[in-house]
Amino acid sequence: MSVLIDNDTKLVVSGITGREGTFHALNNRRYGTNVVAGVTPGKAGQDVEGIPVFNTFRDAVTNTGANVAMVFVPPRFAADSILEAADAGIPLVIAITEGIPAHDELRVYTHLQRTGTRLVGPNCPGILSPGKANVGIIPASFFKEGNVGVVSRSGTLTYQIGNTLAQAGFGNSSIVGIGGDPVPGSSFIDIIELFQADDQTELIVLSGEIGGDAEERAADYIAENVTKPVVAYIAGFTAPPGKTMGHAGAIVSGSKGTAAAKAEALESKGVRVGRTPTEVADIAMDILGK
Amino acid sequence: MDLLEYQGKQLFARHGIPVPDGRPARTVDEAVAAAKEVGFPCAIKAQVKIGGRGKAGGIKIASDEGEARTHSAAILGMDIKGFTVHEIWIEAASQIESEYYASIVFDRGAKAPLIMLSTQGGMDIEEVADTNPGAIATLHVDPLLGFQDFHGRRLAFDAGVDADLVRPVGAFLHQLYGTFVAEEALLVEVNPLIVTPERTVAALDAKVTLDDNSLFRHPDNANLRDPSDEDPQEQMAHERGLTYVKLDGDIGILGNGAGLVMSTLDVVAHYGGAPANFLDAGGGSKAEAITSAVEVILSDEKVKAVLFNIFGGITRGDEVANGLIEAFKTLKPSVPFVVRLDGTNDVEGRKILADANLPNVTTAATMDEAAQKVVALAKGEVPA
Repeated sequence: MSVLIDNDTKLVVSGITGREGTFHALNNRRYGTNVVAGVTPGKAGQDVEGIPVFNTFRDAVTNTGANVAMVFVPPRFAADSILEAADAGIPLVIAITEGIPAHDELRVYTHLQRTGTRLVGPNCPGILSPGKANVGIIPASFFKEGNVGVVSRSGTLTYQIGNTLAQAGFGNSSIVGIGGDPVPGSSFIDIIELFQADDQTELIVLSGEIGGDAEERAADYIAENVTKPVVAYIAGFTAPPGKTMGHAGAIVSGSKGTAAAKAEALESKGVRVGRTPTEVADIAMDILGK
Repeated sequence: MDLLEYQGKQLFARHGIPVPDGRPARTVDEAVAAAKEVGFPCAIKAQVKIGGRGKAGGIKIASDEGEARTHSAAILGMDIKGFTVHEIWIEAASQIESEYYASIVFDRGAKAPLIMLSTQGGMDIEEVADTNPGAIATLHVDPLLGFQDFHGRRLAFDAGVDADLVRPVGAFLHQLYGTFVAEEALLVEVNPLIVTPERTVAALDAKVTLDDNSLFRHPDNANLRDPSDEDPQEQMAHERGLTYVKLDGDIGILGNGAGLVMSTLDVVAHYGGAPANFLDAGGGSKAEAITSAVEVILSDEKVKAVLFNIFGGITRGDEVANGLIEAFKTLKPSVPFVVRLDGTNDVEGRKILADANLPNVTTAATMDEAAQKVVALAKGEVPA
C-alpha cells in the first residue's frame, strides 16, 4: 500500500487551463495518475488533451467520480477553490499554491475540521506514491517504490533527502509534502499516523524546519503512538531570529521555533536526527540494516 | 511586515480604537508645528521597529515649544539598537492612572487567534510573562465565530480588571479583534493600554505585524513598506522578486526552494564555512532570475566564494546553467563558484556548463562535496 494516493485516485485539477496547471496535470497523467477532470469556471465543454473541463467541482465530481482535488490557482483564488472542492464532497484536497493569506488559511482549516475533507498543503509540492500515482510537482523519476515514508515541510529538500535515500538503495511508500505555511492543512502527526498504519512503510522520515512547534508536537506523538522507526532532519540551524527564510512559516520568533530546540525535542523522545541530508540516509541504512 | 507605532495607531483609529491625537514628523520644524497643533504638554516619540526605545531615551515629554524643538532635534537621527530614527511621532500627553496590556497573536500552533490581557502592562510585560504568567489572561477565538462580548468579559474578569472597566476593556478588545481580522494582521499589541483618571481606556502604543501575503487586498497598507529600513542587498533582491536574507559570513549561497537553501546554509556551516546570505531563486528559476540573483549576491563585498545548489523539480538544470553563463557574461565575477546541479535536466545543465568552460567554476556531484569545495575556496585553499 501507500498513503493518500494510489491506483484508485481519480484526480480533478483546479486551474488546469493555466500554464502551470496544464503542464503538471499532464505530467501527473504521464506518470500514470488517473486525471479525470479539470475545473475552470466558464470553460466547461473544453478539454486539455482529452481531460474534460467543468465549470464547478460539483459538476466534475458528478460526471467523473473524482475523489482527489489538486489546487493550482493563484493565491487570491485558492482558499475559495479549496472550499469549493470540499463542498463538492471531495475527501482529499492537495493545494500546491504558494502565498495564500494566513487568515484565509485559518478560516479554511477551521472549516475543514468540521467536514470530512482532508487538506494537504498549501505551499507544498504534493504527494508521490512511487509506482502508483503522482499528484503535484515532485520530480517522480528520482524515486522508486519502497518502504520509506517521507513527510516534509519543504519541496526541494524532500527531493534532496529522497534522492540521497534512493542513492543508498531505498525506495518510498509515499512522499508527502505538507508545505511551508504557518497553517498547513495536514500536520506531521496526521501523516505519521497514516504511515504507522500503512503496511508498506517500515521507516518514517520527517523533514522539518524552523518556525512553529509542529516538530515538537510530532515528537510527543511519536513517543506515545508510533512503533516504527522515525528519522528526522531539521533545516535552519544557521537561520537568524526574526527573519522569514523563504517559507512564510519558517521564522524563529524570539527564542521559539529554533532548529536546535526541535532536534532536541525529537532526540529526547528517541528520534534520531541527521545533521545533513546525507546523515539522514546513513541513519536510515543503519536502522534498516542495508 | 512590521508597522511603526504611528502607522499602527492610524490603523487603530480607522477602526474606532481610542488613541491620543498625534502627528508624524521627519524634521524639527515639522515636529514643532505638530506640537503646537496637538498642544502642550506633548510626547515626542522615536519611530523605530525595535522595543526598548523609552529606556534608550527615544521618548521625551515637551512642555513648551522650546522643549519640543530641543527634544525632537535630539531624537531625530538617534541610533536605537542599530536603528536610526528617521521619523518621530508627536502626540498629546496622556493622563495615566494604570497601565494594562492587550494583544492578539496569530497562534499557528492552536490555529486560532489568541487574545492576551493583563492589568500589569508597561515596560516589563516580558518579565511578567516569565515570572507571573497567571497575571496574563488568555483566550483563543474560533476564527469562524469571531469575537463575542462574553470573550471580553471573561478576559477582563480573569485578568482582574476593575469592575467599572470591564465593559470598556471588553469593547476595546472587540475593536482590536476587528482590526486584527479586517487588516489581516499576524500581531496587534497594545502596551500600555492606559486607564485615564476619567476611567476611559486608550492605546498609548501600537505594535502591528501585517501578513505580506494579504497585502494585495490592502493597497493602503502595502504602501506603508519603507524600503529604507531594509538592508541594501535585501532591498535590491526584493525589487527583483527574489527571497534574500543577509547573513554575516563570506560564502554566497543560491539555491532553489526555501528548505533546500536553509539546508545548504547548515551544511556549509557544518563543514566550517560561514554563509553570507540566504537566497531562494524560487521554483522555475529562469535565466533572468539567475543573473539577478548572482548580481545581488556579488553586491555584498564580503563574498569570497559562491555556492549554487540546485535540485530541480519545476526548476530545470539547463535553464540554470544558461542563466549562470549569462550572468558570467554580464557580471564577470572575480570570485570562484561551485555549482551542484541535480534533478530535472541535470545532465543537460552539466553539459552546458562543461561546454561553456567558464573561468573559476567548479562543479560538484553532491551537496556535501559542493559545500566542502566552497568552504575551501573561501579560505583561499585549493579544494581537494
